[in-house]
Formats: sequence, C-alpha cells, structure tokens
Amino acid sequence: MTTSLGSSVQDGGRVRKATGARLFWYTLWARAYPRMVGATRERSWLFFETLLPVLGVAGYVFIYRAIQAPPEYAGFAVLGGAMTAFWLNVLWSMASQLYWDKDQGNLELYVVSPGPMMAVLLGMAVGGLVMTATRATIILVVCSLLFHVTYQIASVPLLILVFAVTMIALYGMGMLFASVFLVAGREAWHLSNLMQEPIYLASGFYFPVKAMGAFVATAASIIPLTLGLDAMRQLIFAGDPTLGFLSVQVELSVLAVLAVIFLAAAAFALARLEEVGRREGRLIERRR
Amino acid sequence: MTLTPSRRGLWLRVLDLPAVRRNDGLRSFLVATWLGWQIESNWADPFLFAIYSVVRPLASVMILVVMYSVITQGAFSQPIFPYIYLGNALYILVGQIITGVSWAIIDDREHYRVAKHLYTAPISGYTYLFGRGVARLIIGTISVGITVGFGMAVFKLPIRPAAIDWPLLLASTALGVAALAGLGLIIGAWTMTMARHFWSVGEAVSGAMYLFTGAIFPIDILPAWLRWIGFIFPVTYWLEAARRALLGPGAAGFTTFAAFSNAALLGILAAFTAALLIGSVFFYRWALDNAKEKGLLDMESGY
Repeated sequence: MTTSLGSSVQDGGRVRKATGARLFWYTLWARAYPRMVGATRERSWLFFETLLPVLGVAGYVFIYRAIQAPPEYAGFAVLGGAMTAFWLNVLWSMASQLYWDKDQGNLELYVVSPGPMMAVLLGMAVGGLVMTATRATIILVVCSLLFHVTYQIASVPLLILVFAVTMIALYGMGMLFASVFLVAGREAWHLSNLMQEPIYLASGFYFPVKAMGAFVATAASIIPLTLGLDAMRQLIFAGDPTLGFLSVQVELSVLAVLAVIFLAAAAFALARLEEVGRREGRLIERRR
Repeated sequence: MTLTPSRRGLWLRVLDLPAVRRNDGLRSFLVATWLGWQIESNWADPFLFAIYSVVRPLASVMILVVMYSVITQGAFSQPIFPYIYLGNALYILVGQIITGVSWAIIDDREHYRVAKHLYTAPISGYTYLFGRGVARLIIGTISVGITVGFGMAVFKLPIRPAAIDWPLLLASTALGVAALAGLGLIIGAWTMTMARHFWSVGEAVSGAMYLFTGAIFPIDILPAWLRWIGFIFPVTYWLEAARRALLGPGAAGFTTFAAFSNAALLGILAAFTAALLIGSVFFYRWALDNAKEKGLLDMESGY
C-alpha cells in the first residue's frame, strides 16, 4: 500500500522510506500538489485571475483599433497577454516564493525535511506551470472570441515543441531566480515589480520584438519568452513571413540551450544558497 | 534611508506642535505619511530608488509608443499620440493611489503583522490610511513629471509651459487626486473585510478604469454598449480636463467630451469628489465594524 505521503507500508506495518529518485519524485509531487489541486478547491481565481488580464489585453487591442492597425495585431496583443500569465507566475510564484516561504516559516521546514530542495523547486515549477497554463488558455480563448482573432497555424507539432521548450527554459530561469531573490531579501518584492513592464517592453509581448531593433531584441533573448513568443507568433500568424526576429529553428535551438543553462545554474545556485545560508544562519532569519 | 538626528528632531518637533498633539486625525496622518514613505523608499539607496521609480512608468509608456510607432511609422505629430501618451502618464497616479491604500492594509495585516497593534493604539484609522497613500502619491507625481518631461524631450509632445492652462490643470488635478483618495479609501476599507483575493481588488478597479475611462484611447473606440461605463468614473473627467489644460486646442479632435465645457468637467468632477470623500468616511466605519465582527482585522491568511 502506498500512503498519501508517498512512503510504502509493507506487510507488518513497517514503513519503507522513499529514497533516491522515489524521494525526489514524491517531494516534487508534494510541492506541486497544492498549486494544482488548490485551484480546483478555491475557484474564485477564475474571476480575479482571468478578468484582470482580459481587461489588460482589451486595452491593448483597443489601442491598436484606435490607431487603425491591421487586424492581426489584435492577435499579437491577445497572445502576448496570455503569455504574461506565465511571466507573472515565474516572478511572483517562483522567483519570490522562497523569500515568502522564509517569511512564513516554510523554508526551514523544507530544509529540515529529507526531500531534496531541487525537487521542491521543480514541484513549484510544475505546479505553477499547470495552474498558469489553465489561466493562459482561458485568457486566450476568451480574448480570441471577444475580439474575433483568427489564427493561421503553420505547424501544430512545432508549435507545441516551441511552447514546451520555452516553458522549460522559463521555469528554469524562475528556479534560478528563486535562489537569487532569496538572497536579495526585502528587495525581492521590488525586483519582481521592476521586472514587469520593462520586460513586456524589451521582450515584445504586445508587438513583434524585431520592432525593438536587433541590439535590444538580442539582449532581451536571455528572457526565454522573448524568442518563445516570437517563434509562436511566427507559427500562429503564418501569413506574414516578415514577422520574426530570427527563424523558428534558430529560436528553438537557442531556447533549448537556455533551458539547459538555466536548469544547471538553478541547481548550482540552490546548493550554494543552502551552504551559505546554513553557514551564516540566514535560512530561518526573517528580518531581511 | 533613515532619518538623521537633525531630521528626526525636526519631525518630532512637528509632532509636538500643540495643534498636532490635540488632533488624533492630523497626528495619525502625519505619522502614517512618514511611515509610508519609509516603507516605500528605504529598501534601497536614493539613487537606486530613483531609478526604480522611473523605469516602470517609462517602460509602460514606451510599450504604447512602440505599438504606435510600429503601426504609424512614427507619426508622433498626430493628435492621437499625445492623447495616448499623456493619458498613460497621468494614469500612473491612478494606479498608485487606488492600489496604495489597499496595499497598506495588506502590508500591515499580512506582511508586517502590526494590524492589531495599530487598531489598539490611539490613532484615527481613516486618516492613517490617507497618510499611507500619500507616499505613493509623491512617488506617482514624480513619475508623472518625469514621464511627461521625457515625452516632451524625446517625442516633442506639444506642451508649452507658457500655454498650459494652469488653473484648470491644478484645479482638476486637486479634485482628481482627492476623488482617487476617496476611492482608494473605499477599496482599502473593502480590503479589510476580505479573506481572499485582497491582492487583486485595487488592481482590478485600476485595470477596469484604465480600459473604460479613455486613458489610452478615446471612449468612442469602445463598443457603444460599454461607453457609458466611462462616464461613471471621476478619472474620465479628470483626464479630459488635464489633457485640455496641457494641450490646449490640440486636445480637441475627439468628440466624446466636445459638448462639455471646462467648467462642466470641473463641476462633475467636484460632485464625484465630494460624494467619494463623504462616502469613504461612512464606508470605512462600516468596513471596520464588519472586519471586527468577522475577526478579519488582524487575520494572517498567508494566502
């Protein structure tokens, strides 16, 4: 029999401890669980967390209408607006999360438990991704219907692949930020605030990123959503071949490299953070 | 950023003035203003804080500039451009004030966990919340000034200081800010009574007004069945009056408010402001009682 906590109860009532990969998996699932299941228990988020982005997207669509932009630009705003859900999730529910966990006393519980911290971070990412994908889908569908957006998809499998690699790179970055922001302490809040509109601008959430010029677009490519969004836009609005900053294949390759780098850097930063935190007694200190 | 001994001495002398000592409301307001400013600003050195305060609003307005530029190939001399730019710049104040007060409630209750200490102290909770909003107002005002100045320097916004209708600008802005403070108080008081989603209330109202008040596009662009919503928000009249004051005849060209004189705009705005300020006093009292009844006043949800 397997208990809800993942340990196996053998005949005779002895509990077999989960170790190694099983412990990693159970820890990951335990951290992802509240994020995924919580959303089904407290459904009021459907109003608050989809209405707000819909209002924001509507604002951008109406601006495009006010300046008589071609209809596909409404689609750009809708797609960008849906993707902001992922960026906000990474900032507020990944990057800032360990700081808040420390503030609420959860971080010390993670550290003293046998579960690996990397699994905790991955669980945060998986839970956040599932939860946010639901929200982004609702925003995309509602806004597409409201504003009569039409899509011309070049390749569905490639679109799914681009989205998946973008998300791995993005949440890898979120896992890295979680350690960095924890060190930043009280400034984490302000860092997250600071990384909203400037990133929407540099990454071209509401317009093709090539409009920012090659230099800014290249620099902004460190944010996985820049190239991911550009590639998805090229695949979803296939009617305009001049749309993209780079070709989809190149953007996909860069995203794959970013995914590996961010995940490796997250593992390194987490180990370093834990070591320094233990040495300096900062893992349970809540004043900063 | 901490108070130097001389500044602290000055501040204590202000608080020690007989007029301040005798008046709970004024004393609470002044202390809350100081506290709010410290919370907003003392996490970084002044230079970093200044950068932080201007980068977000500038990035926000630049998103619109790039969108506009992509479509019009940089036709910044068209009347719609200053309309969009100024509306977005002025709207910074709306977001700061509307969300500022409700965030003060959330900060005190959830983050610093001092709500119970505050409400057992001899303060006026209403003016305390007003004071907490002032710091955001100061930061917002600086951001608006820099954003408008940036637009004048880089995009040649047609604003000439000598041609600005200063009485209209100052009167409409004073009324607009007071109306926003009243609205912020109501939303903040509402936040006290909530156990879920209190993070989102200020942003929801601010986001709705961004869409419906003609902040970034003329209300005429909205579907006809939605346009009326814009007319029930004081922000709509303030933005229109402020645009007229700053742009002069250049603000014309959009028909939504063509039939409204400046005096009519100010009159409507004054009526909204009075209603919101008076309403906020009663709503605050109701919300405070309600929060006490439900045990929400010092609740830490960790939500």
